Amino acid sequence: MPFKPVVLWTDALLFLLLASAIAFWWHARARPHLRRPWTKLAGSSRGMASLVFIGFFLVVGLLDSVHFRERIAGEGSSQQFAAQTRSLLDAIVGPLGSRTEKTYSAPLATHLFAKETVELADGARVRTYPRLRYGGAHLSDPASEWQADVLRTAIAGLGVAAILWNVLALAVTALVARRSQRSFTRSWHAIWHGLEAVPWRAILCSAGVLILLLAPLAVLSTKYHVLGTDKVGQDVFYLTLKSIRTGLLIATLSTLVMLPLATALGIMAGYFRGWVDDIIQYVYTTLNSIPGVLLIAAAVLMLQVYMGTHPEVFDTIEQRQDLRLLFLCLILGVTSWTGLCRLLRGETLKLREQEYVQAARAFGVSHVSIISRHILPNVMHIILIAVVMDFSGLVLAEAVLSYVGVGVDPTMTSFGNMINAARLEMAREPMVWWSLASAFVFMLMMVLSANLFADAVRDAFDPRVNGNGREHA
Amino acid sequence: MRALLPILLAAGLLTACDHGALNNPYPEHQRGQNIMYSFFNERPKHLDPVQSYFENEIRFTAQIYMPPLQYHYLKRPYQLIPFAAAAMPRVTYYGAGGEIVPAHASPSEVAYTRYEISIRPGIRYQPHPAFAIDARGQYLYTGLPERQLKRYRSLADFERSDTRELVAADYVYQIKRLAHPGLHSPIFGLMKGYIIGLDVYAGELEQLSATAASGTYLDLDRFEISGVRVVDRYRYTIDVRGKYPQFLYWLAMPFFAPVQHEAERFYRQPGMPVNISLDWYPVGTGPYMLSVNDPNRVMVLERNPNFGGEPYPFEGEAGDATAGLLNDAGEEMPFIDKVVYSLEKESIPYWNKFLQGYYDLSDISSDSFDQTVSISSTGEVGLSDELRERGIVLHTSVSSTTIYLGFNMLDPVIGGLGERARKLRQAVSIAVDMEELISIFRNGRGIPAQSPLPPGIFGHRDGEAGINPYVYDWVGGQAKRKPVEVARRLLKEAGYQNGIDERTGKPLTLYLDTTLVGPEAKSRADWFTKQLRKIDVQLVVRATDLNRFQEKLRNGTAQLYVLGWNADYPDPENFMFLLHGPQSRAKGSGENASNYASREFDGLFEQMRNMDNGPERQDIIDRMVAVVQRDAPWAFGFHPADYNLAHGWVHNIKPNTMANNELKYQRVDAAQRTRLRDEWNAPVFWPLLLLAVLALGAMAPAVIAWRRRERGIARQKYLAQRAEPKP
Amino acid sequence: MTAYLFRRILYVIPILLGVNLITFALFFFVNSPDDMARLALGGKRVTEESIERWKRDKGYDKPHFYNDAAAGTDRFTDTIFFTRSASMFALDFGVADDGRDIAQEIRTRMWPSLAIAVPTFVVGLAFYITFALILAFFRATYVDVSGVIVCVAAMSISSLFYIIGGQYLISKLWHLAPISGFGEGVSALKFLALPVAIGIVSSAGANARWYRTIFIEEINKDYVRTARAKGLSELRVLFRHVLHNAMIPILTGVVVIIPSLFLGSLIMESFFSIPGLGSYTIEAINNQDYGIVRAMVFLGSILYIVGLILTDVAYTLVDPRVRLD
Repeated sequence: MPFKPVVLWTDALLFLLLASAIAFWWHARARPHLRRPWTKLAGSSRGMASLVFIGFFLVVGLLDSVHFRERIAGEGSSQQFAAQTRSLLDAIVGPLGSRTEKTYSAPLATHLFAKETVELADGARVRTYPRLRYGGAHLSDPASEWQADVLRTAIAGLGVAAILWNVLALAVTALVARRSQRSFTRSWHAIWHGLEAVPWRAILCSAGVLILLLAPLAVLSTKYHVLGTDKVGQDVFYLTLKSIRTGLLIATLSTLVMLPLATALGIMAGYFRGWVDDIIQYVYTTLNSIPGVLLIAAAVLMLQVYMGTHPEVFDTIEQRQDLRLLFLCLILGVTSWTGLCRLLRGETLKLREQEYVQAARAFGVSHVSIISRHILPNVMHIILIAVVMDFSGLVLAEAVLSYVGVGVDPTMTSFGNMINAARLEMAREPMVWWSLASAFVFMLMMVLSANLFADAVRDAFDPRVNGNGREHA
Repeated sequence: MRALLPILLAAGLLTACDHGALNNPYPEHQRGQNIMYSFFNERPKHLDPVQSYFENEIRFTAQIYMPPLQYHYLKRPYQLIPFAAAAMPRVTYYGAGGEIVPAHASPSEVAYTRYEISIRPGIRYQPHPAFAIDARGQYLYTGLPERQLKRYRSLADFERSDTRELVAADYVYQIKRLAHPGLHSPIFGLMKGYIIGLDVYAGELEQLSATAASGTYLDLDRFEISGVRVVDRYRYTIDVRGKYPQFLYWLAMPFFAPVQHEAERFYRQPGMPVNISLDWYPVGTGPYMLSVNDPNRVMVLERNPNFGGEPYPFEGEAGDATAGLLNDAGEEMPFIDKVVYSLEKESIPYWNKFLQGYYDLSDISSDSFDQTVSISSTGEVGLSDELRERGIVLHTSVSSTTIYLGFNMLDPVIGGLGERARKLRQAVSIAVDMEELISIFRNGRGIPAQSPLPPGIFGHRDGEAGINPYVYDWVGGQAKRKPVEVARRLLKEAGYQNGIDERTGKPLTLYLDTTLVGPEAKSRADWFTKQLRKIDVQLVVRATDLNRFQEKLRNGTAQLYVLGWNADYPDPENFMFLLHGPQSRAKGSGENASNYASREFDGLFEQMRNMDNGPERQDIIDRMVAVVQRDAPWAFGFHPADYNLAHGWVHNIKPNTMANNELKYQRVDAAQRTRLRDEWNAPVFWPLLLLAVLALGAMAPAVIAWRRRERGIARQKYLAQRAEPKP
Repeated sequence: MTAYLFRRILYVIPILLGVNLITFALFFFVNSPDDMARLALGGKRVTEESIERWKRDKGYDKPHFYNDAAAGTDRFTDTIFFTRSASMFALDFGVADDGRDIAQEIRTRMWPSLAIAVPTFVVGLAFYITFALILAFFRATYVDVSGVIVCVAAMSISSLFYIIGGQYLISKLWHLAPISGFGEGVSALKFLALPVAIGIVSSAGANARWYRTIFIEEINKDYVRTARAKGLSELRVLFRHVLHNAMIPILTGVVVIIPSLFLGSLIMESFFSIPGLGSYTIEAINNQDYGIVRAMVFLGSILYIVGLILTDVAYTLVDPRVRLD
């Protein structure tokens, strides 16, 4: 085999999460009462439009979560694999990750950003901007050709975008046509006049925007460092793509950790009341009253102690990063479960007084089945809403924690670390703005789409909100 | 955004009344005064001279305290001159039988050395309440009842103050304090081995303090140190075991500054608030005194009114006169009345404030280097046009620091003196391109190291004679790093062809242990990985926190690590001891973190350590360097260069990596500063106006919508009224 | 009410005990007294002997929880945990590792923190409510829709960007305020302007949106329809009824954070070099000063619980139907 798969803890958990999401969807498909809110969600144009963006981030994150080590020598049983772990994303974007310059260069630049003393062929030393090793290396005279070449490449990128989008639009229309047994043109018409139940128009529009943004970036990045390079010459576009996985994992795995804890304890406290309630309340008040940052800082330091004393557990830098990331998710989960727990407790307190619960109890139905049959399904919407609402907050929290120094591993690519590094770059003049700007734009895209999607989910699931989500005046 | 506007406007109005710039971080009344503005980024932990050791502490204590000696401000190589002392100490060598032996005697004949130090009469302490005396000649504030002491919150609350003359006994008292069990002096362990009788004295103190409550006043004068004596009011002697010429350098540090038992008695009386202590309010005889100590925000040094003055040096290095460094020759120092140090933690605000003229001096952060500095075609470093226009001046010097990539010699793979590991270390030394590291992470500020010794230290060699022949070639009058192929060949010879261990068939993986903190951590880790990938060696960066890192060094379980060493004093012994076998970190908790132990090197070190500088010493040092270069316990790293920027209104700046008492030499032109600050910081108001217009513009559609709705409601009402049947 | 308060205050004790235990356990799992000594003594020339001396001097040479060597109750009291925790309940925070009085430090550092936090809180609240009220007034028009979109976009930006951007524009380009620092008395105003403004703007999106939801919820209630049906003008309905009633959830929601204003903001304070409690905490974490960390956690817990009690009290004050017993 030319490679050896590597499964990191977070990869496994992410795919587990994905699998259970799919399973849940499969389960809900056949049950109309479960399906109703989902149908409503699928009808929300804002929700679906943001879902397209989330989908993009999800795909990037998942691709970046398939890890393997390449073979560097040997055959058969004696084969040797590189110490460095790569991901499917690395393999797809190919040279983007390996084409490193010496240091900073501006987006689309052909020369380094800083002057350096260069020795000429005749031995004379000149202080000048050296050419980049990769960015725009195909140009023989950048001064005259650069502009035209960038323009040409960008237009080519737009062309690719147009083709891609058209293919997508046609495919969607064909699908709709087949489903609704209508002619192609009529489906096209229905889509563009918003007559379909699923807001295909919004989906196609937002996909259009996404493709229009990404395709030129992708095409340009084959020849240039389209978002510049960082201090050690790594392509910023590549780093930004790699950061997506970190943000995604923090946001999803933290909730994964928190959910069972919050659900179980919250429902137990509300259902059993009495001393169970007292103990659970005591635990969460105590935990809540410790400032979160302190708790996280202490926990992260603790992990470092463990890693320091057990170096043999961590073969590669990726494994170390991974464990720290997992641990951060864990501790973020522990610090954030209390809010949901309290909500669930309150809701359960109300539910247990409902007649059907009282009746079930009178019939001697066991606690476990009352909770799983009657209580849990009725608080499901609260859990779901909490999950999507937390998503964006966790992505933002990662940045702040990394700034404080207790976030993800400092060697890991993440938005927080990018911003942290950019603090120094901002002090330069002329300013190195592109790392910060890229982190800003991609993070905004990610969080904004998550926020919009969360809104749509809340509108769809919250029984208090009716209609299409816009409150009636 | 609209909340921003009223706040900014209100603040603007409030501050615009006084004529200064809006962004001036200092009070307006300081405008035009003879003040220097500086910064500190970490609050000093200890200002007690017996403890202060770190740069951020010594920069204060060095201005306040007056050790017997100091470094000449301008001369290079560094030279010691008297400070509080009337002349250089008189050094006498004694043999085992107490007889005087001549100065050229070999170190083995010398049993102990006596330093006799005479201080200048008439030096007086800064005004301080500890010296205040009442009508009956008793100390006014010593022995106060606890109840009364509670009233005092800071030192300024003690109204009366007085002074007294500096006497030799104060110096002896401070040497006793080195052994104080509650003070944890960092040099006690070292000095115990040198100053005769200090260990016995420490034992006696220990017993005494065991019976006393902690924190209370410990009478140090109960016992005497046998080797330290007061001769008369202005003279004292110190006996040092064997021959230890470097002892003089210690006499230029605040560890040997005078401290008075009055002050200690005053600070340590029961009931004194813990924040009022010698650690926070030093009492010195130096040119400055600490008048404000708010380590959360600002520290202020003010001219000590009792400082007798000292003439600015008359002579310096060649070129100092043309640089204007001798313009003030003979003038009475200090020149500056007051120095305001503000707390500044982040580099961006700090650098911006410097550019705006609110700090007088700045060291250049690596990231702003390119803006500020350009290197001419001859390799000369100069300022960029932008900054030159502002009148900013660049001062450079290579500091007496060595930063190195160390190999743990106890490690089974990379350590040991065997041929295989040595070749591996040499290969790594070649592969890790220090020139690139300097250029990327320090923006060219530094020179690659060829040996442990930085330039300016005796024994350092320049040019071809100085290069490390295992890593560099001398090509065309320059040291040139050997190509990667050489490293690969060495690796092959060591049995790791293409990075595969031929014995196990596994790829060679090395571990770099480091404390990766700060924004650059990731870049650095990536960079090191990239270096070793050049020779197909896999590098794993193991980042831990500082505690764990030090623990690894102590246990000898690190593999590769990066450390630096700042010279305590300009002597080769202070660098070579970092590789001295008995100083091993893992075996003897010394400073030799590589745990390098070569019999050859150690023998030469013992010879070299106590010699006086001269050709003989140079010869031994050359042999030591050759041994170390061959064994490569370090990949030699680099010597960082200090680049300091100063605004045009600051005069007499010359970087001096040994002396820390540079403040008294410096001068500022406050009038010029005021003018330029105003010029550079004219507020720009149009964005605020634009913001206001935009906010109003955003309101317009809302107003329109509202009016439309009002009309709609009115119409509905009207329609409703019409529809209603008239009663 | 009095009985309730008394019970609540009694309840504080086990919580504080728990908090103390957690911090102690976390901290000493991470740091051994040896590490702390090394950090306090510095990196150069530290010997085993000086470490032992430091530990003895600071009282870290005892066992953590249980002292085998001692007799009787001393087995539990002559330990690091007991000696370091018992004094906490008397609010005696002791001395930091650098020899400074922690209580004194907290007393002085509290004011800069409050100087930032209180204006941010008060002005911010007024601003968010005004903005939310405008949105609620124009609900279901494009003013509202675009306002909500602006809010969502604003809350999707990391607070770090607001700070970095604000410092760059206001201080560096336009010279309108000092880029960082803090002053005493009136001169503090010019230092406060920027962090307060950034503090308000950076959380404007989330807050305005939340208050808008509360207003809209209130508007949809029956009594508002009645009022409107009576022919009251929209503005009157909004200010008289909706604002008045919506203040109940808003105020009871924010009361819980009022006590924690004392603790300051970690990020703001370190970016702007403000000598408050937030930066104090960060420094203590970095310097591994157990005394300070523990004091801050203890203080934080007390303030949090005070906030909870205040919330309960606020409920009874604004809504007479709620009774505490």
